[in-house]
Amino acid sequence: MPAPERSTRDAYGQALIELAAADPSVVAVDGDVGSATRAARFSALHPRRVFNVGMAEQDMILTAAGLALGGKNVYVSSYASFLVGRGYEQIRSAVAIPALPVKIVGSHCGVTVGEDGASHQMLEDLALMRAFPDMTVLVPADYVSALGLLKNAVSSRGPVYIRLGRAPVPDVYADGDEGFVPGGGRVLREGTEVTVCCCGIMVSEALRAAEVLARQNISAEVIDCYSVSPLPAQIILDSVHRTGCCVTAEEHFARGGLGEAVASLVSGAYPVPVKPVAVFDKFGQSGSPAELQEYYGLTASQIVSSAVQAWTMRRR
Amino acid sequence: MTPETDILAEQACAVRRDVVRMIGVARSGHLASSLSIVDLLVWLYWEVLSLRADEPSWEERDRFVLGKGHGCPALYAVLANRSFFPREELWSYRRLGAMLQGFPEFRRTPGVDAPGGSLGQGLGLANGLALALREKTSAPSVYCLVGDGELQEGVFWESAMTSAHFSLDSLLLLVDRDGRQMEGATEDIMSLEPLREKFLAFGWAVEECDGHDFASMREARARLGSRRGKPGCIVAKTVLGKGVSFLENDPSGGRMVLGRDFMDKALRELEKGGD
Repeated sequence: MPAPERSTRDAYGQALIELAAADPSVVAVDGDVGSATRAARFSALHPRRVFNVGMAEQDMILTAAGLALGGKNVYVSSYASFLVGRGYEQIRSAVAIPALPVKIVGSHCGVTVGEDGASHQMLEDLALMRAFPDMTVLVPADYVSALGLLKNAVSSRGPVYIRLGRAPVPDVYADGDEGFVPGGGRVLREGTEVTVCCCGIMVSEALRAAEVLARQNISAEVIDCYSVSPLPAQIILDSVHRTGCCVTAEEHFARGGLGEAVASLVSGAYPVPVKPVAVFDKFGQSGSPAELQEYYGLTASQIVSSAVQAWTMRRR
Repeated sequence: MTPETDILAEQACAVRRDVVRMIGVARSGHLASSLSIVDLLVWLYWEVLSLRADEPSWEERDRFVLGKGHGCPALYAVLANRSFFPREELWSYRRLGAMLQGFPEFRRTPGVDAPGGSLGQGLGLANGLALALREKTSAPSVYCLVGDGELQEGVFWESAMTSAHFSLDSLLLLVDRDGRQMEGATEDIMSLEPLREKFLAFGWAVEECDGHDFASMREARARLGSRRGKPGCIVAKTVLGKGVSFLENDPSGGRMVLGRDFMDKALRELEKGGD
């Protein structure tokens, strides 16, 4: 496999450039981290369509909400720890309750932020954003799906949260950025004995895990659940009906993320064992992205062992 | 008193009566904080704002953001008296399923341009609106009314920097300076003064007025004039509970549940025509 070159955040500036060409109402709000979120590529081309409000995440959200009230199609981005963490109450009052179609783009999510450590490694953003009624929550696995999701969000009638990462990730999708929609998911590998629901960086890990499982005569089905809310419910339920067991994998706290969403779905419709691969009960820390993935168990080998456990408990 | 101010004074008295009735009927709501902003709102809605009551979403309208959402009974009564919706709606304020929620909700109420309820957020929303509208040929203005207590919220000063940095001269901020907040006087709880100097230091054009005197409001706005690149602020000195003698500056007035006796007493005072 060639070395990964592109991160999901790299898609952000590109998506804005493509959207702005087609829609004069598209604008962006930045919190003085445009180089890091890649909004800067857009600012360089359209300086009058980007509003940098400085290091002020609370005001960023309010400015974005006000722009939306004034008819603009708004994207607002910063590091997720601060955008979603510090801006939470503004998101709640000024975006989620009035259901404004603001696109909230949290970059630098998860432990693969690397050396910056716990303060910058957001691991609870999905829990916070999933809790809101009518908030669409999206987690792309690679550059191509990030581009597709960011571009399709432009036509959303309600608020959208899109989770992006700092580190380069392997390409998962070769066949273009079409068809990535809220509530969607993609079966990347068909299988009959264990379902793997994954998102973000864990999608390529799951595909690697499925190879290993195949050699052990366990046929794994891998579903990219890039839409964490609403979930691709029918795709997941169809799969667990066939396999009888499930593993979830995400770069997020076990509490409140994709795993709990999937467990909640299947327990109500077709109960099967669901084994989560996630970060359990501790914050991140400094280290290289690869070291941190290993330390926190966000790896293909962790998915393999969880899949074997789930398979032994499978519903027959 | 000019004939125009006479008309405004009459409107203000009618609005105050509706505010007392709606909070009395609901047996819930912030009466004193609502009464302090009635004159400012009447001035805005009958004299300043460019609006169409029969077309509340008219794109070229001026926008109004109520920062102190707990004062929304005054806004609701103003909108009803300006025929944005039937006055009967006022009597279901705060009821389950009502159009008039406890705090203003965008989309739910004709004439409400922005959500309100979480203190300190109005100015940031107004900034976004001003940025969005400044390319429009009609150049609508954005007005934002905030309470003084909510200036203690940190985000407000983030937004105050943004207004000045982006030279939002289509923005006029009104501060309802009644000097009181939930548990007492603002200057006892967390000092705001010198308020004028704070806004000046943040790059704003600032004037002061008597928030119950229409001539004083007009003069303050005229003195701000065309501010050429600066956001404008009028610090309006107001009296908490204005118009109802037993509420005026009563520290417990803001939290009082209005019983039947007090409602009748307040209405009798307001029947006499206010001042």
